[in-house]
Amino acid sequence: MPRLSAWFVRTSLIYLAIGFTLGAFLLANKGLRLYPQAWTLLPAHIEMLLMGWFVQLAIGVAFWILPRLSGAQPRGNERLTRFAFWLINIGIGMVVIDAFVSAPGLLLAARLVELVGVLVFILVAWKRVKSFSSK
Amino acid sequence: MPPLTRWFIRTSFVYFFLALLLGVLLGAQAVWDFSLPASAIDPSYFHLLAGGWITMLIIGVVFWMFPKYALDRPRRSLSLGWASYILLNVGLLLRIISEPANAVIGTPASIWAILLVLAAGLQWLGGMAFVINSWGRVKEK
Repeated sequence: MPRLSAWFVRTSLIYLAIGFTLGAFLLANKGLRLYPQAWTLLPAHIEMLLMGWFVQLAIGVAFWILPRLSGAQPRGNERLTRFAFWLINIGIGMVVIDAFVSAPGLLLAARLVELVGVLVFILVAWKRVKSFSSK
Repeated sequence: MPPLTRWFIRTSFVYFFLALLLGVLLGAQAVWDFSLPASAIDPSYFHLLAGGWITMLIIGVVFWMFPKYALDRPRRSLSLGWASYILLNVGLLLRIISEPANAVIGTPASIWAILLVLAAGLQWLGGMAFVINSWGRVKEK
């Protein structure tokens, strides 16, 4: 797979590992009821597994296997896709930080950063959604 | 596709159906005027979909289609693959049973609480087994 796909997929596996760890802690705590404040971690658990794991794995695999374009950049603009990688991960990081320190406006900023990141990915990938035989 | 992939994908289909069945049950509350404890049922619905359907479908396809680890061990460790299947499934099923029971009748020392802790541990181990087995197959070319 291309390097950028490997970045997305490896990052998604890291988020899977951390997201599962948070989830296991939350579930065990649901039984043991030791830390009532543990529920503040729920948004971080959800963000890591939905955006961190599912979304990044899908983007990484899409960048790898979608039909290639003819020309110098067969997988579209790699620099822009790398930019999308950073935006998405900065956004995820901001959502996770917001679960620990509630800062006004941080969640909104995080979602905006993610939105731009996903939009950049969509714009680059758009042309690659085509028949394998068409140019 | 390899046998483990078939098991993961078929199992994911079963969870998909069960999740939607639970969704129907949740939707039926308003029509037949009964109420299920939301804190007991909603997490089961989400996790049947996210952990049962989507994650197991992904794991099955990853095990099948990711770059080969080595010529003699193309899918790395078959034992880790099967361990992840068994741990994730036993953990998820245990969760689906013990989470609603714990929400309704559980106490911190009850059997339901202990099963919930066990479910958490098994699912975590299953997830780690998958991550470890897949990590070396993410190869740049």
